[in-house]
Amino acid sequence: MLTNQKKIQHLYLRAGFMPKASVMQSLANSSIQDAVKQLFTDSNSIASLQSGDESEISVKEKDLSEAERKEFRMKRAMGVRRLNEEWMNQLISTDAVLREKMTLFWHGHFACRSPFGFYARGLNNAMRENALGNFGDLLKAVSKSPAMLAFLNNQQNRKQSPNENFAREVMELFTLGRGNYTEDDIKNAARAFTGWRFKLNGDFDFKEEQHDEGVKTFLGKTGNFNGDDILNIILQDPEVSRYITKKVYRYFVNEEVDENICAELAQSFAKDYDIGKLMNKILTSDWFYDEKNVGTKIKSPVELIVNMQRAVPVKFKIPDVVLYAQKVLGEVLFMPPNVAGWPGGRDWIDSSTLMFRLAIPGFVYNQAEVFIRPKENPDEAEHRMMQDEEMQEERQQKMMGRLEASVDWASFIGAFANVDDTKLYNAITEYLIQTPSPEFKQDVISKYIVKDTRETFVRSLTTTLMSVPEYQMC
Amino acid sequence: MTDYSRRDFLKYSGLASASLLMPRFLKAFQGNPAVPAGNKTLVVIQMSGGNDGLNTVVPFKNDDYYKLRPTIAVPDTKILTLNSELGLNPVMTAMKGLYDDGSMAIINNVGYPNPDRSHFRSMDIWQSASDADKYLQTGWLGRYLDNECSGCAGYSAIEADDTLSFAMKGEKRKGMAISDPKRLYQDTQRKIFKDMSADYMATQHGNSELDFLYKTQADTISSADFIYQKYNSYHSTTDYPQGEFGKNLKNIAELIVSGLDTRVYYVSIGSFDTHVGQKNRQEKLLKELSDGLGAFVKDLKQNDKFKDVLVMTFSEFGRRVKQNGSAGTDHGTANNMFLIGGSLNKKGIYNDSANLADLDEGDLKYQIDFRSVYATVLNRWLKADDSKILGAQFNYVDVV
Repeated sequence: MLTNQKKIQHLYLRAGFMPKASVMQSLANSSIQDAVKQLFTDSNSIASLQSGDESEISVKEKDLSEAERKEFRMKRAMGVRRLNEEWMNQLISTDAVLREKMTLFWHGHFACRSPFGFYARGLNNAMRENALGNFGDLLKAVSKSPAMLAFLNNQQNRKQSPNENFAREVMELFTLGRGNYTEDDIKNAARAFTGWRFKLNGDFDFKEEQHDEGVKTFLGKTGNFNGDDILNIILQDPEVSRYITKKVYRYFVNEEVDENICAELAQSFAKDYDIGKLMNKILTSDWFYDEKNVGTKIKSPVELIVNMQRAVPVKFKIPDVVLYAQKVLGEVLFMPPNVAGWPGGRDWIDSSTLMFRLAIPGFVYNQAEVFIRPKENPDEAEHRMMQDEEMQEERQQKMMGRLEASVDWASFIGAFANVDDTKLYNAITEYLIQTPSPEFKQDVISKYIVKDTRETFVRSLTTTLMSVPEYQMC
Repeated sequence: MTDYSRRDFLKYSGLASASLLMPRFLKAFQGNPAVPAGNKTLVVIQMSGGNDGLNTVVPFKNDDYYKLRPTIAVPDTKILTLNSELGLNPVMTAMKGLYDDGSMAIINNVGYPNPDRSHFRSMDIWQSASDADKYLQTGWLGRYLDNECSGCAGYSAIEADDTLSFAMKGEKRKGMAISDPKRLYQDTQRKIFKDMSADYMATQHGNSELDFLYKTQADTISSADFIYQKYNSYHSTTDYPQGEFGKNLKNIAELIVSGLDTRVYYVSIGSFDTHVGQKNRQEKLLKELSDGLGAFVKDLKQNDKFKDVLVMTFSEFGRRVKQNGSAGTDHGTANNMFLIGGSLNKKGIYNDSANLADLDEGDLKYQIDFRSVYATVLNRWLKADDSKILGAQFNYVDVV
C-alpha cells in the first residue's frame, strides 16, 4: 500500500518536480484533490526566459570580416548556453512546476535546435505560454516560430522548389504519427506551406510571391489551401488526439500504454484539445496512483539533476558543471538529438551513464574526483578551435578534478528537525526513494552511514541513498 | 575470479528470482568463453567534424582540383602515389605502407541522397544508417547487437571513450564505453554496488525498469572485472603515436590480442572541422590516424590477429570542393572510406574518384551509398543479417 506522502510525491515527481523536504512535510497529509488544485494554481504564473541576445540576429554573417565572424559565432554559441543555464535554474527554483514540466514535455515533442539563443528562447516561451492551453494554439505557435521554420527548412520551401521537411515532420512527429497520411499528402502540404517564413526580428512573415496558389488535395479534402488550412485539417483528424494522449501517457504515467485508458482520454481530448483539462483528468484519476505507475519510471537526466538540487540545494563555482552533467548523461536542453526528440526511458541508460548517475552524489556532496569527458559537440569543436590552446586547456581542466560547490545542508537537515531520531531513517528514505521504502535496505545502507552526529547521519544517509539505483526511479 | 564475484555468482545462480539475469551473469563469470576460431572483429574509426577527403586521397592529375584550391591543394610533387590519378596526403606514410602490402582498400565517393550539411544531423544519419528524411532512435551497431547478440556479454561492442556513441545504442542492447579498463574496474568495484545488488537479487520485485537498472549495473560490474583481467594478460610493446587516439588504439589491440570476445570496437579522432587554416590541423590529425593505424596493424600482425580484424573509417561528410576565404573548406557531401584488414577481397582503389567537373552546387555527387559499405561489413565480415539491421537491402561492395 502506498502512503499518502508517496502519492503526493508521485504527483509532484511526474507532473512537476520534487518539493523541498520542508514543503513536503506539510504537503504529506493533503488530499490528492487539494494537491492537484494547488499544482494548477501554482502554475498560473508564466515566467518567460530572458536569455538570448536580440543583437545576435541583426547581424548578417556575410557582411562580417573573418575575425568578426569568429567572434560573432562564439557569442552566438554562448547565447544558447546561457539559455540552457537559465532554464535549468528556473526548473530548480520554480513553484510553477506543472507548467515547467509540461514545457519540458513539449520541448521534447516539438524538438528543435537553433543556433540563435534569441529564436530558441522565443520557441521555448511560446511552449511555456501554451503548455497547459489549447493544443491547436500551441501547434500553430510552434509552426510559426522562426526556430522551427528554420530548423525544418521552410525558409527553403518555395513555390518553384518545394522543401517537404517541415510538412513531413509536422505530420509524422508533431500530430498524426506515421501511417496516417500518404506521401502525396506531404507533397500537397509542403506546397501549402510555401511562403511561410520569418523576418530577422523573429516575426512570422508570409511571402505571397513564394506561395503556391494552386489547388491541393490533402487528407481527402481539396481546395486552395494555405498553411493554416493544413494545420486546421490535421486538427480535425481524431488521430491527433490519439497520438498526443499516448505520448502524454507514456511520459507522465507509464511507458507501457494502457490502451483502454488512452482511448478514453483521447476521446475527451479530441473535443477541445484542452491540455490543462487532459492533465487534470490524468492527475485526479485513481489509476494514476496505481502501484504499477509509482516509482517505475527512470528519471531523465534533467529530472535527476533538478530533483537532486531541489532536495539538497547546491551552488557550483562554475555553473557549466550543470551543462557538463547534461552532456555526459545524454540530455542537453535546447540540443535534442534530432527532431524526434529524446527517446527516453531505458534509452537514457548504458553502462557509463548509469555509473555516472550513481557517482554524482559523490562528486557533488563528497568532492570525489570527476574524470569523465563528454563527447564534444561538433559545433562546439568549431568554436574551441578558434580559441587558443591555453584557453582550451583551462576549460578542460575546469571540469576535471574536484567540483567546487557549496552545499546547503542546513535547510535539508532543518526540514527534519521535528523528526525523532528513531524515525529519521524512515523519514529520509520516504522522501528520497519512490519505490516501496519502509525500512528501505536499512541493514545494507547502515554500513555506509556515519552516525557521529545528527548532521553526519543525515548527510551520509542522503548521499548514500542518492547513490543507489532506486533513486534513479520516479 | 575474485572472491566477491565467485560469491555473487554462486548467490545469483541459486536464486529463482534472478533467472532473468542468469544467462549473462553466467556468461560473464564462466571465465573465458573461448573466442571461436576465426572470430571476426570490426573496428570502426569515426573521423569527427567532416574530414576533407580530397586532401586525404588527392586527385593529383585533376586540373579542377588545383583550380578550385589555389592555396590548399596538396602539390602533386609531394603526394604518396597510389595510382596514375590518386595519391595519399604526404603525412600518411604508414597508411601508404598498408596500401602497398595489400592491407588497405579505398572506397571513393561514399554518401547518401539529399545530403545534410549540418554536423549533428549528418552524424545522426551516419550513426543510425537512416535515410536523410527519416529519424531512427537506434544506432546501426546497436541494432547489430539487438539482432545478432541477444545472448552475448556486455562487452560485445566496446567504444574507447568515456561515453557511448549513438551508433552503439540498440533498443535492447548497447555497447560499453571504456576509455581505461583499469579505471573502469576501480570505479565499478565499489562495495555498495555489490551490497545493493546482492540485496536486490534476494528479493522479488515487479518493477521491470528497476530490474533493468540492476541488471545493467551487474553486467557492467562483471564485464569490467572480466575485461580488466583479460586486459592484464597482454601488454603491447608496439610504439603507438602520442595522444588520445594512439592510446585508444593500443587499448583496443591489447583487448583483441588478449582474446576478449568483442565483435565491434569504436573509436573517434578529431575534430576535422577545418574551416580555417586547414593544412596544419588536418595533416596533424591525418598523421595521427595513419601512424596509429600503422602501429595497430603491426601489433596485430605480430600476434597473428590481423587476418581476423577489419578497420573501417568514416566521417559525417566530406568538404566543399572549392576552398573558402580562410585557407579552409566548408561542409560538403561525399567522401572516401578506408577499409583495412588482413583478409580483404579486393585491395587498393575500389572505384574511380569523384568527378570534379560534375558538381552539385559545388559539392561532390555520391556514387556509393554508405549503407552499402555497412551492409558489406555486416554481411560478409560479421555474418549478420544486414537487410534486417539496415531496414533495406543495399548492394554490397566487393571489398570484403
